[in-house]
Amino acid sequence: MIIRGGIVYDPANGIFGEEMDLCIDGGRIVEDAKGEVIDARGLLVMPGGVDAHTHIAGKKMNTGRIMRPDDARLGTELRSGVCRPSTGYTVPNCYAIGYRYARMGYTTAFEAATPIIEARHTHEELEEIPILDKGALTLFGNNWEVMECVHDKDIAKLAAYVAWGLRAARGYGIKIVNPGGGEAWGFGSNVKGLYDPVPNFDVTPAEIIHALAEANEMLRLPHSIHLHFNNLGKPGNYTTALETLEALEDIKPSRMRQAVHVTHMQFSAYGGTSWRDFESKASIIADYLNKHNHATMDMGQLLFGAATTMTADAPLEYGNARLTHNKWSNHDIELEESSGVVPMVYSRKMLVNAVQWAIGLELALLTEDPWKVLMTTDSPNGSPFVNYPEVITLLMSKPKRDSEMATLHGELSKRTSLGCIERELDWSEIAIMTRAAPARILGLEDKGHLGLGADGDVSIYNLSPHEVDASQEHATVKKALAAAKYTIKSGTVVCKDGKILATPRGKTYWVDAVAAQADMDRLMVDLQDKFERYYSVQMSNYAVQDVYVTNPRVVKAGLGAGPLKEAA
Amino acid sequence: MIVEDAICSFCGCLCDDINVEVEENKVKRVRHACRLGSSKIMGHERIRRPMVRKDGELKEVSYQQAYEQAAKILLAASKPLLYGWASTVCEAQKKGILLAEEVGGVLDSTATVCHGPSVIGIEEKGLPGATLGQVKNRADTIVFWGCNPAEAHPRHSLRYSSNACGRFTPEGRSAKKIIVVDVRETRTSKNADKLVIIQPGTDYEVISALRMLVAGKGDMVPEEVGGVAKSELASLSEMLLAAKFGAVFFGLGITHSRGRYKNIDNALSLVTDLNSHTKFVIMPMRGHYNVGGIGQALAWSSGYPMSVDFTRQAPYFNPGETAACDLLAKADTDAALIIAADPASNFPRTIVEELAKIPIIQIDPYENPTTLLADVVIPSAIAGVEAEGTAYRMDGLALRMRKLVNSSYPSDEEILDGILESVRSLRCSRSLQGGLKDDN
Amino acid sequence: MISGRTLAQGANCESKMSEDFFKAASSCYLSKEDYDLLGLSDGKNILLKNEFGKTVFSPRVDDGLRRGIVFIPMGPWANILIGPDTGGCGTPQFKGVEIDLEATNSPIQDIRELFGSIKRAEA
Repeated sequence: MIIRGGIVYDPANGIFGEEMDLCIDGGRIVEDAKGEVIDARGLLVMPGGVDAHTHIAGKKMNTGRIMRPDDARLGTELRSGVCRPSTGYTVPNCYAIGYRYARMGYTTAFEAATPIIEARHTHEELEEIPILDKGALTLFGNNWEVMECVHDKDIAKLAAYVAWGLRAARGYGIKIVNPGGGEAWGFGSNVKGLYDPVPNFDVTPAEIIHALAEANEMLRLPHSIHLHFNNLGKPGNYTTALETLEALEDIKPSRMRQAVHVTHMQFSAYGGTSWRDFESKASIIADYLNKHNHATMDMGQLLFGAATTMTADAPLEYGNARLTHNKWSNHDIELEESSGVVPMVYSRKMLVNAVQWAIGLELALLTEDPWKVLMTTDSPNGSPFVNYPEVITLLMSKPKRDSEMATLHGELSKRTSLGCIERELDWSEIAIMTRAAPARILGLEDKGHLGLGADGDVSIYNLSPHEVDASQEHATVKKALAAAKYTIKSGTVVCKDGKILATPRGKTYWVDAVAAQADMDRLMVDLQDKFERYYSVQMSNYAVQDVYVTNPRVVKAGLGAGPLKEAA
Repeated sequence: MIVEDAICSFCGCLCDDINVEVEENKVKRVRHACRLGSSKIMGHERIRRPMVRKDGELKEVSYQQAYEQAAKILLAASKPLLYGWASTVCEAQKKGILLAEEVGGVLDSTATVCHGPSVIGIEEKGLPGATLGQVKNRADTIVFWGCNPAEAHPRHSLRYSSNACGRFTPEGRSAKKIIVVDVRETRTSKNADKLVIIQPGTDYEVISALRMLVAGKGDMVPEEVGGVAKSELASLSEMLLAAKFGAVFFGLGITHSRGRYKNIDNALSLVTDLNSHTKFVIMPMRGHYNVGGIGQALAWSSGYPMSVDFTRQAPYFNPGETAACDLLAKADTDAALIIAADPASNFPRTIVEELAKIPIIQIDPYENPTTLLADVVIPSAIAGVEAEGTAYRMDGLALRMRKLVNSSYPSDEEILDGILESVRSLRCSRSLQGGLKDDN
Repeated sequence: MISGRTLAQGANCESKMSEDFFKAASSCYLSKEDYDLLGLSDGKNILLKNEFGKTVFSPRVDDGLRRGIVFIPMGPWANILIGPDTGGCGTPQFKGVEIDLEATNSPIQDIRELFGSIKRAEA
């Protein structure tokens, strides 16, 4: 396949809006190719989009679907052509997830949170999602074995457990959600801060996070720890965010990447002492990120309208349910986690929601280096992923932001600095925040760029980047981003003018890390005891079998994994 | 040979510590299972060959002939019902959902005659739940409401609930409070610290009274509710509030009684209320081992967990209209594919009489009353014994069922594949002949 | 009347054509008082009927039941007495069904008799 004459943005390879041809053969970018010619003359061309943090599969997605038949009705699309039927808006069915990402030019999406014991379910759903390449992060932050290793300061055994857990879950990396809080929730409480001890385990969230970061680097995992802070969603929580970031400054990354990725920062950049004097502290967080290089983040942008909140932060969800008087699902997971799901509507009329909306944008606009901040909505927590074009155009257009702000609460300008920010992101920066940076942050070397050997994932939009003024013509830009002219996945046109043409099966990434045998042996003694006494399943029935990952892409890490090829 | 850690395919407990002794491809002995489980794994008299009814009698045919006859029936129908799915694995269920899409039918599971009201209650209020291991390790107070696990889920108490020991429950039964609410004494209530007998059909009122007591509004509660004295309810409410970790398990006693889904709605609200005071979770006691799985598979593929109508090329869900019993009662379906279920036994008689009026395809390892009414009978391998695959435990945990013995019968998945192939080729040849309008 | 799972019914629910299932599912449990009141002690069967249908069961005493409540293992015999209305939620009301009952000398229908009387569609 040859893609002719596109205006290519490939920031990872230093290409910023140059007219050039791209060739794909055998599913990869190559020097020369024959066959189908795609006419992209003058059009915006980028690598396929990569979503490094989204909720697309597993128990909590299905819990959302089951408790929200109202939502299913919002997204009904008929079965037609190669497509199975679609349903759902904030909690779409598996097919809709694949089709809708592909329509926007996305080709890769990573599920953000799976407990090891429930990973089989996650993979059942991932397998059912068409087109996309995917992976799933694995939850470790409230796990008994983790906390015991942390208590014993036994980082080597912890690393062995992480390796074992990733293999058992067929998972991609370490996710930490409200560390210690999920365990406390087992008896209905929470941890109040970074140094508040976890009941019954005599460890603090700070110790858990630091130890997992050390284990992460000991195993040289492709991704860093992926962290959802304590106290998330609470007024005044920016201090917890800063404290946590400071506590990780001494972590030495084992690869050319961040030491910690902070997810959905918007929910952790809050000032004030209550919802009454709630205000943005985005500038302080951005300032910290501008001065330090060990951390990256994603926005977790909130948009007005329907959402479904779902997280392993179960106490937070209980709070959401109390606040909104909405229906509440909770799911505690033996020895490992807790979680919850609550439907939500963010209202333009609510000052708090307007401030939250502004904070996400502020974070992205005030952080100077676009490689440090990814465009996400923590789908479907801040808004479902289909609204990414809205977020991108807000970032690219000051007039759009101003006209939105004019419709919002008059107090808003006192609570945030958004109105004063002149910055408008350009296509290079958008390509970084939606392609190059998420791939680099995840450690996906073949994704997010168009260099030789990269995956043949390309998105082409019906938009001339040199001619359209994104600042003024934001409506045109939004329309173009919502339905790609072409989405090409591994060299196959999967979507043309917003219509799905093919539904190939994507790959599933997981990390096979090797730990020292002696540590693994010590770990097994612990685990045998846990399965005998505490788990409700046998150890032999616990790990995800190969049959659940039919198109695996195994990334090796840990001891003896050989020199690691760095992401572009 | 001994297969260790086999997973039992009877009820929603999915006990995964079963040891099965196999000799010459036959199950000789089952260890650790309850009476229900070992009976299931040991097996019974099987249907031998596929059969098609001719002149009132079932006559043996080949599998291919049976598939083609099934395909003809499904294609001739304008709104076929694909019903059952609870006692088979997700791999077959996924195939069934695809078949329902392709023939434009309604797919419903046995949940609609069991915990369907629970699903509707969850749609109203959400489900504050936990995995069974969480209950095992933490619960000091357990309520069994309208359920009788001693007969329906015999190993539940030992593995997960009343008699289980875990990290924070090392003393097991002796340090726990067990409460049973039912309309009668049961084998389960014999193991209880407190039995509250209510009048049939008063679950909603009794739960409402408890909610008032829990909220400190006991002065509004009348002296007697559902046949239970207020003082008795007050002491029950105190027991609930005294829990460090409470778990409510509920069964068909509450979903099948007057109020149906409203009872569940209220019970879920009670548990939510209790969480303002202490920790509480709630869980339906699912009967068939993988009735949870069809709910999960339907939800991720259609957005809805049961009673999904695919006749309009997009999923549509409205229990009361699209549930099997409603469709049949209103003569709103004109063919039925029944798999891994026996509606002739389990539906109300008047509805069975309606079912008998339409062509029936049955896929099942065993003869049962549905066979007596069926036009096409296709014997299958026993999922979870002769075929492996995924099942979802009552707490939503997915496990992989092991294959214990080989079988000469095709699996449910293979049979559905065969029917799907026949549907496609029949459709193809008809559209070539222009004989049938094809909606694709 | 309430209907539900019992161990014997459950253990035989995949061999429904068997004598064991017949024994398990065609029984009707009632309190000692009701049993005596109906004069069932001398080997009589019990006839249950309501607006939806009527059928004969083998009566058994269950001390756990209070007066006025009978329990029948779930299955085709019990379901003769269940109405089709789902109250808009898809599920018939299988429990808490009002019935009349009396002693009878009539025999219990076996499973084939039970379904033999149903009029089938002619393909």
